[in-house]
Amino acid sequence: MLELQNVSFSVKDNPKMILNDFSYAFPESGLVAITGPNGSGKSTLAQLLMGVKTPTKGRIILNKVDITKKTVTERARLGVAFSFQQPVKIKGITVFELIDIALGGGNDPKEVGSYLKMVGLNPDQYLLREISSGLSGGEMKRIEIASVLARNTRISIFDEPEAGIDLWSFSALKNVFKKIKRNNPDNLIIIISHQEKILEITDEILVLESGKIIKHGKPEKILSFLKER
Amino acid sequence: MELTDEEKQILCAVRDSFEIPEGAYNFRVNGKSIGRKSTDMIEVNPKQEKSGLNIVIKPGTKNESVHIPVVISESGLKEVVYNDFYIGDNAEVTIVAGCGIYNCGGQNSVHDGVHRFYIGKNARIKYIEKHYGFGPGHGSKILNPVTEVYLDENSEATLELEQIKGVDSTIRKTIANVGNNCKITVNERLLTHGRQSAKSSYSVKLLGVNAKADVISRSVARDYSKQTFNLAITGENKCFGHSECDAIIMNSATVKATPTLNAKIKDAELIHEAAIGKIASEQLIKLMSLGLDEREAESCIINGFLK
Ligand SMILES: Nc1ncnc2c1ncn2[C@@H]1O[C@H](COP(=O)(O)OP(=O)(O)OP(=O)(O)O)[C@@H](O)[C@H]1O
Ligand SMILES: [Mg+2]
Repeated sequence: MLELQNVSFSVKDNPKMILNDFSYAFPESGLVAITGPNGSGKSTLAQLLMGVKTPTKGRIILNKVDITKKTVTERARLGVAFSFQQPVKIKGITVFELIDIALGGGNDPKEVGSYLKMVGLNPDQYLLREISSGLSGGEMKRIEIASVLARNTRISIFDEPEAGIDLWSFSALKNVFKKIKRNNPDNLIIIISHQEKILEITDEILVLESGKIIKHGKPEKILSFLKER
Repeated sequence: MELTDEEKQILCAVRDSFEIPEGAYNFRVNGKSIGRKSTDMIEVNPKQEKSGLNIVIKPGTKNESVHIPVVISESGLKEVVYNDFYIGDNAEVTIVAGCGIYNCGGQNSVHDGVHRFYIGKNARIKYIEKHYGFGPGHGSKILNPVTEVYLDENSEATLELEQIKGVDSTIRKTIANVGNNCKITVNERLLTHGRQSAKSSYSVKLLGVNAKADVISRSVARDYSKQTFNLAITGENKCFGHSECDAIIMNSATVKATPTLNAKIKDAELIHEAAIGKIASEQLIKLMSLGLDEREAESCIINGFLK
């Protein structure tokens, strides 16, 4: 249902192809991991899927519809959600408001708070805080993940969800992914990660290098491939 | 009180209700008081020699408020009003001012409100002032507030100064003299649009030992509007002063911010932060990725910023 066809991406003033003639059809559902060295193009790929960036060449297809030119809002409404590698701070917007927006608006604190609990935050302590400089990096990251969980879309993309999260929460986070997969067997969850502990719970792993897929397959196969290199 | 719909709209914008409040008040409509009440602890008296009020808050007053809204609905009315507040030792009071102009004619309507606060020892005040304008007329809606705050020992003042919308021109002056162990906190919120202009200047003098000031101005300038800020803090003793000027700029608007920090001794610690810029595109994208369209995302960010 989600497919990239010959997608290339480059930026002005830089001859480097950040993504180079990239083609891949995601499975209908399940957990798919994208891994690869720093700068290999993982975040760029996610941003192309969400519409934050537009390919210089090629097409992106969702449910047989060409969404290459669709805006972020349109894709969000078609059922794509994206957890940013670097969570965004917005002065004056509270954690409650952010997650309420993700849920479509008009929700009570109990409903909103349940998503904070999923990422190990106490709603009483966080709902009224602003998503600005007062929150720590790890707290921001967890709230970012909660905002995507709250959307409960057909496709969710998480860009390095484990980054900045402590060890205890890391295993809780792994369980969150297992749980959403169990509860929503029809959903596709794409996780960009460098962590073996995350990669091993997925159904399929893509390995990127210099904007191309150099290998993909089941975790057992890919993890031993990565270790041998 | 007989009020027109427009007058009610103004009162709702500047103080959330057009009803008479509990406690002391004075309602000024088109240059005249249409209702006034004092309480045992708060005296509200008209000045004899000029327009305005003397408001005396007795020592030890607790949990009381004074509401003194001003409404102008007569096109072309121009007034200067002086309100002086004498706040007794140990008093705690909330003062709700605010002014709105409805202008349906071709002449400018102007309200210059001068508010002076003489705050006694160990007293605490919260002052809320909202400004608002609307109406179909060509005449401008002009509001020029002057706020002077004199803090004696151990006292505290919190000022919330807000210009909601519709004010064509404003020159705002805020002056504070802060004594020993006193603190002043100012939160200014300003929105300008169309061809409006706003000038806001602060002169805060930290005179006493451990005097503190925290002045935060957040503003949004849209369309062709112009904003100018001059924030000056002087430290004359061991003190702490912080000012922050944060502006979102849109369309063809302009914003100019000039801070002045003047430390007269080495124990004066003064900080200024300023940031002017358009809405960050990551912020828009984040909210759009949650399903808002670009306009919804923009107004969400602006409303939050000005909250
Ligand atoms: N706007 C840009 N201008 C110039 N180069 C860019 C731009 N955006 C991305 N790049 C480059 O594209 C490459 C891929 O970046 P991307 O962020 O996708 O990497 P990544 O695989 O997510 O890396 P990491 O593991 O560090 O998050 C990098 O070399 C980066 O410097
Ligand atoms: Mg990345």
